[in-house]
Amino acid sequence: MIPAAVGYVRADSAEAAVAALGEHGDEAKLLAGGQSLIPLMRLRLARPSVLVDMGRAEDLRGISVDGDTVSIGALTSHSALEHSVELAAACPLLAHVASQVGDPAVRHRGTLGGSLAHADPASDLPAAVLALGGTLVATGPGGSREIAASDFFTGFLESALASDEVLTTVHLPVSTGGWAYQKFNRRAQDWAIVGVAVAEGGAGVSLVNMGSTPLRAAAVEAAVAGGAGASDAAAVAADGTEPPTDNNADGAYREHLVRVLTERALVAAGA
Amino acid sequence: MTITETPFAGGIVGEARLRKEDPALLTGEAKFIDDLDLPGALWVACVRSPHAHARINGVDTSEALAVDGVVAAYSGEDLADTWVAPLPCAWPVTDDMNNPAHFPVAQGKANYAGDIVAVVVATSRYAAADGLEGVVVDYEPLDAVVSIEDAESDRVVIHEDLGTNVSYEWPLIPDPEGVDAAFEAATHHITETYVHQRLIPAPMEPRGVAVVPAPHNGDMTLYSSTQIPHVLKVMAALTLGVPEQKLRVIAPSVGGGFGCKLNVYAEEILCMALAQRHGVPVRWTESRTEAAGSTIQGRAQRQTIELAADADGKLTAVRATLLADMGAYLQLVAPGVPLLGAFLYHGLYDVPLYSFTCKSVFTNLTPTDAYRGAGRPEATYAIERGMDALAVAVGVGADEIRSRNFIPTEKFPYDSPAGLVFDSGNYQPALDRAKELIGWDARMAEQAERRAAGSTTHLGIGISTYVEMCGLAPSRVLASLNYGAGGWESATVRVLPTCKVQVVTGATPHGQGHETCWSMIVADRLGVDPDDVEVLHSDTAISPLGMDTYGSRSLSVGGTAIWMATEKVVEKAATIAAHMLEANPEDLELTGGVFSVKGSPDAEVPLAGVAFAAFTAHDLPDGVEPNLQAQVTWDPPNFTFPFGAHIAVVEIDEVTGAVDLIDYAACDDCGNQINPMIVEGQIHGGIVQGVAQALWEEAVYDEDGQCRSANLADYLVPSAAECIDMKLDHTVTPSPTNPMGVKGIGEAGTIASTPAVMNAVVNALRPLGVTGMAMPASPMTVRRAIEAAGGGAS
Amino acid sequence: MEVSVTVNGQVRTADVEPRTLLAHFLRDDLGLTGTNIGCDTSSCGACTVLVDGRSAKSCTMLAVQADGADVTTIEGLAGEDGLHPMQQAFHECHALQCGYCTPGMVMAAVSLVDEYSDLDADGVREGLEGNLCRCTGYQNIVKAVLAASE
Repeated sequence: MIPAAVGYVRADSAEAAVAALGEHGDEAKLLAGGQSLIPLMRLRLARPSVLVDMGRAEDLRGISVDGDTVSIGALTSHSALEHSVELAAACPLLAHVASQVGDPAVRHRGTLGGSLAHADPASDLPAAVLALGGTLVATGPGGSREIAASDFFTGFLESALASDEVLTTVHLPVSTGGWAYQKFNRRAQDWAIVGVAVAEGGAGVSLVNMGSTPLRAAAVEAAVAGGAGASDAAAVAADGTEPPTDNNADGAYREHLVRVLTERALVAAGA
Repeated sequence: MTITETPFAGGIVGEARLRKEDPALLTGEAKFIDDLDLPGALWVACVRSPHAHARINGVDTSEALAVDGVVAAYSGEDLADTWVAPLPCAWPVTDDMNNPAHFPVAQGKANYAGDIVAVVVATSRYAAADGLEGVVVDYEPLDAVVSIEDAESDRVVIHEDLGTNVSYEWPLIPDPEGVDAAFEAATHHITETYVHQRLIPAPMEPRGVAVVPAPHNGDMTLYSSTQIPHVLKVMAALTLGVPEQKLRVIAPSVGGGFGCKLNVYAEEILCMALAQRHGVPVRWTESRTEAAGSTIQGRAQRQTIELAADADGKLTAVRATLLADMGAYLQLVAPGVPLLGAFLYHGLYDVPLYSFTCKSVFTNLTPTDAYRGAGRPEATYAIERGMDALAVAVGVGADEIRSRNFIPTEKFPYDSPAGLVFDSGNYQPALDRAKELIGWDARMAEQAERRAAGSTTHLGIGISTYVEMCGLAPSRVLASLNYGAGGWESATVRVLPTCKVQVVTGATPHGQGHETCWSMIVADRLGVDPDDVEVLHSDTAISPLGMDTYGSRSLSVGGTAIWMATEKVVEKAATIAAHMLEANPEDLELTGGVFSVKGSPDAEVPLAGVAFAAFTAHDLPDGVEPNLQAQVTWDPPNFTFPFGAHIAVVEIDEVTGAVDLIDYAACDDCGNQINPMIVEGQIHGGIVQGVAQALWEEAVYDEDGQCRSANLADYLVPSAAECIDMKLDHTVTPSPTNPMGVKGIGEAGTIASTPAVMNAVVNALRPLGVTGMAMPASPMTVRRAIEAAGGGAS
Repeated sequence: MEVSVTVNGQVRTADVEPRTLLAHFLRDDLGLTGTNIGCDTSSCGACTVLVDGRSAKSCTMLAVQADGADVTTIEGLAGEDGLHPMQQAFHECHALQCGYCTPGMVMAAVSLVDEYSDLDADGVREGLEGNLCRCTGYQNIVKAVLAASE
């Protein structure tokens, strides 16, 4: 299938992208790697008026560790996260989760910032960044601001980014505790039917595809903090979730799965 | 017909020879339908009904016509006068079969989501896609019939003029009283009901059509990604009224078919009509998402099987009852698909009494038709799942129940209770070998250990033994089943003046490796290099006679025609060689490409010399025509009956319901093999396709008749990551039906693997009280079955 | 707009609509029809090419995104010495039947063995998760990729 006609401008920096978004209005859309947006455009489920292509903003690519903070440029590819030696040491959960996204070709093109801004509740990386307690930096016409990951995902495919804001950097605390990611699907290439990310030995727990946004499993985190064992903590994993129904699973089965996977992830993370 | 065990003496047949098809396919040189360079071609895009059932109260194409690049747009009414006849159904299985008129573009009513309601013609594929959005159709949605049970009830009659949703009922009950008596007398009476979900064939190449007209002389060339250019030519001529001699059909490289390209489709006839109308080439390429509504789907049956057996588990009767979903219309051979299984619901077991009944109904879903195996996977599934249920009832192993019931080898040729004659078989060795490959005893011990230890990761071991009828088919048998065509195949073998060889085949390969195998057959006999044999196919101007490729028929029917044509060429060459050597033709033998006189080693002439002599014609024997070629059309006297045994091992996580296929062994018998490498490849792919039905694939429809798995993100064709290495071996029981002793292997894997996996799944979970499982055995389905049985750790 | 892409070592320039998929640019504008299209959802991998040396699905990329990039298609793989080792391994292992997925599968495999060292059979299977084949059951594809990676 073939996308609808679209305009195109290139923005080789965050500032240029912000300006282009301001100029072209609400129907303009940022293009990073395009791995989520282009399939939607082909199905004509997305039909932006103008694409603002940030793909060449080289200064938004890269991973650095400074003290107890990891900083990742928004255009860093999943593949770069997967293969980064620094990231494997400083934040192994994110490196591992990146390796579980899609397939190698998707990981070569897809970007961390693109995945976060797309805000798909079924995606892997948003949940990882949530569990890790990340901070997202956005640049808009008035300058930059920081948004906590826990405030970033506001609805189905909706984020706290304003229509003229651009995600530039993701900050994560250097990890010190146990971690795990449980991804349950029927084919390796598919989105998770349910996924559970655990960071810092259970201090951060987040859920994939259990509602309209990536979810932080606050009840599980609280149970772990209160000294509960993995089994007891996992028992509340579905609390407050509104999981979707699709071909692979209904809500009740997802609730069952999320408890099972949370327990397994907590055990693997040493919680 | 008698055969020798190994009719091949040339040392070429039987080798794992690499394929001559590969270089073009590996480098991008091969041309698939969308690769054709057709200057000036207009692109066609189809407006498809988004509703499963709706009246069409109007079609407004004015906005579409305003789109840049759009040159025309037509509704069904606009084109109504174009068709000489509706789209063909070539298999009216009963004289009173209901067959609703099915035109390329719907008029008045859309009967499934995907039914074409208008068409846009544009200068580029992008413009055609844009034009689609400009066609405004006024629909009046109607209640949709989605399930076969709802269809059978006639709550909503889809085709009002028929007065019912039932297309036909077809019984095969040679001895009704005998069957009833057997069930009354039976110690064990097993009754099981299974549902074959709808499957999307999903060859990796979607379909496509291109038509090049010659408006002034009336010629028309139809290119289609089809398995059946020859059949299509006849049907297209009849449907559109194009004179057959003016029509040429070409199947370029075809990227897989699996039965779904064995059809005459709306887009083929539509593109021909549009090419006629516009006088320029037109083309259409299917998108994957579109295919859910434009290409046939497979399976879609509910089956009830009953087994009567004595106290030892020896079968005394089998009764099968089907309800089959035809979809919204009857496609080319759809009504016959259940019949291809109708004779095989007793599997490879010696059963005296047999009953089969099928009722087929219309729904508001995509039409169904032949999908890899077509009827035989369904039959095998029913009997093989049923045999496992019988084994449990009798209290013997799944292997033992089968061994007790196999048709004894000495009974071949076997007169089956359904009226077939099974050509040859030797079933127990295949099962023994499959058990050996899988390590049966060790696996059984491992299962017992896990059960004893209370593991929540269950091991399941499932057997499926099968026999299939293939080599479609003897024309007279097809006539008795009301099929609208014959089952012969044609071949020409032509030795060129320089002793290179052309083989013209009526088979139409789309991945099977015919070029390699056919050249091996000819080279083996003639003593030439297989690389010096060129196989011509898939173009009705080059290969005018053919019945094409489906039903595992190409080798046993088409290959036999090649064998026979080669023999005729050898015979003629011997006549010429004898003349050259001043010997009797009967005294000549052809070895290594050289004719020699038996007993006179010095008197010889190479085939090359004979070929050139046939070309110059300077000194041919009286009455011998100056060429070295022969054409044969072969109509087989019987089907062939390949068989085998497959064993699957699965691991099931009781907590999540996830099923992992962890081991698989198969011992298949397709008679003599031409190229064992290609045979193994067919089995590999077939097994995975059958496993996919068991574990992953389903065309999911909602209550409104919308397909919720229309693309490959939602329709779960497995990748390498879900699959495993399979352990294969074979036995060889040649068929006496043809001189090469071959049977066919294209569908065996798909037929055997689905029940093997499902038997393994149920076997794993029996200790938890699970006795049945729906397909596909998705994690949720499995977990729910465990919960329903009252078990399941959380 | 005008894009300029180095395709199989040659700079190729064309005027394209921004929405033009890289796959269509290669096929329709450049006549490189070896790259096939098998789906609409980035699922099947038939259209896989190398972009700057790494596999990418050319149906999930716009031609304008490839402006200035180095693209290798299946047509660019075989050299004067004959088939690329990966193509040769596919041939020798009977890793193709209908051949429609093959160009994408081969390109994905070339990228995979370059990206991941010490691949075993499981690694190959996982690494090819985004390339669907309907004919082979993958057994011989895995064999071929392992053979070519040695």
